[in-house]
Amino acid sequence: MADVRQASSTLTWRDTIARWALRWDIGRERAVVEPGLYRVGEPTPASPVFVTANYRMTFDLVRRDLLGIDSWLLVLDTNGVNVWCAAGKGTFSTKELIVRAAKSNLSGHVNHRTLIVPQLGATGVSAHEARQLGDYRVIFGPIRSRDIRAFVAAGMKTTPEMRVVTFTFAERIVLTPVELVGTLRGWKLLIPVGLIAAGWLLGHGSLAAACQPLVAYIVGVLAGGVLTPALLPWLPGRGFSLKGALAGVVAGAAASLALGSEPLGVAAGTLLAASVASFVGLNFTGATPFTSPSGVEKELRLALPAQAAAAVIAGVLWIVQYFLG
Amino acid sequence: MRGFRYLSGVASLKLNAEKCTGCRVCLSVCPHAVFTETDDRRVRVADLDACMECGACAKNCAFGAISLKPGVGCAEAIINGWLRGTEPSCGDGSGGCCGTAPMAEGEPAAPA
Repeated sequence: MADVRQASSTLTWRDTIARWALRWDIGRERAVVEPGLYRVGEPTPASPVFVTANYRMTFDLVRRDLLGIDSWLLVLDTNGVNVWCAAGKGTFSTKELIVRAAKSNLSGHVNHRTLIVPQLGATGVSAHEARQLGDYRVIFGPIRSRDIRAFVAAGMKTTPEMRVVTFTFAERIVLTPVELVGTLRGWKLLIPVGLIAAGWLLGHGSLAAACQPLVAYIVGVLAGGVLTPALLPWLPGRGFSLKGALAGVVAGAAASLALGSEPLGVAAGTLLAASVASFVGLNFTGATPFTSPSGVEKELRLALPAQAAAAVIAGVLWIVQYFLG
Repeated sequence: MRGFRYLSGVASLKLNAEKCTGCRVCLSVCPHAVFTETDDRRVRVADLDACMECGACAKNCAFGAISLKPGVGCAEAIINGWLRGTEPSCGDGSGGCCGTAPMAEGEPAAPA
């Protein structure tokens, strides 16, 4: 039968570097852990079984937080995707749980049928189906692996605080690099190239004028991708497109004035930055733990036409200024 | 959730109180404390606007008392779905929010 590997609770400098690289979307394709059963510490057949996904960052943080807790770690095959996303996609599932437990010969190592599944896995794992189909008793553990120690100490019980997702400043900031990297992917790279060309054509040979569209775009990306997540609770409104647009207006106007633009150019730069920041800000909904699909869809239908209109008007203003200029 | 609110009046969550047996599994899986216990030891929806439609409650209700349209509250996924004429899709996990979310640490990213 399958070997049972040892999972160390000590993270190495390589693990730390890999985690920070992943925050910048680097090494994604290598961030897959071998699925199966792992030993943490010196488990006995009566030791608890924790379940997780085979995304490297997830696996690393779980084994770190299991330090001092002799246990079994059952790693499901989620194609290297974290627990919550994989549960939503259906790879972190009741079926995979049962199949992986069987393939790993779990019952040959453990004398009980209790599996501790992270609460956010409940989107994909059904406790009553696991009981009916595999005779397993699923206990939903805490959302955050750092609460596992307190959960175990409390006799495998979660507190209300352990069951509620948070979205602190630090939790938001670590997600921003991926947002920025995402704007440099594929066809989106054509936007800055096009804006440099447009600025050069419309700039009458002035470098500052030529830079205006590109600067407005970059400022818009930063306002939507960094300022909006950072200032999320303090930006007015509930819609992310509105929060992003407001951040973009302020940042775009400031940058355009700093470049010494003509009034029309300031208006154009502000509008373009607002449009871009609104779009990028709205995209941050995908990284938050509280936006509903019904809400995002409603917001998209309202925001996308407004964002497109703002970008078109910005372009028209720049062209008008060229002919006046 | 503390300090954060998204659009109100849109969540598709519905609880059929007649089917509810009071097993309270929904209370234990909801990441936004949408449900609360009633005096007769059943459950009611206390905070519908906090619902992000993750679907964990419906998935774990053995009595079919909960219905909703689960999905990803992600603009890119919804746009992808519109462009391809499919369900919302955040891709294959290579890149993007789902690819890099530090989920174990508190799994604070990318709902799905």
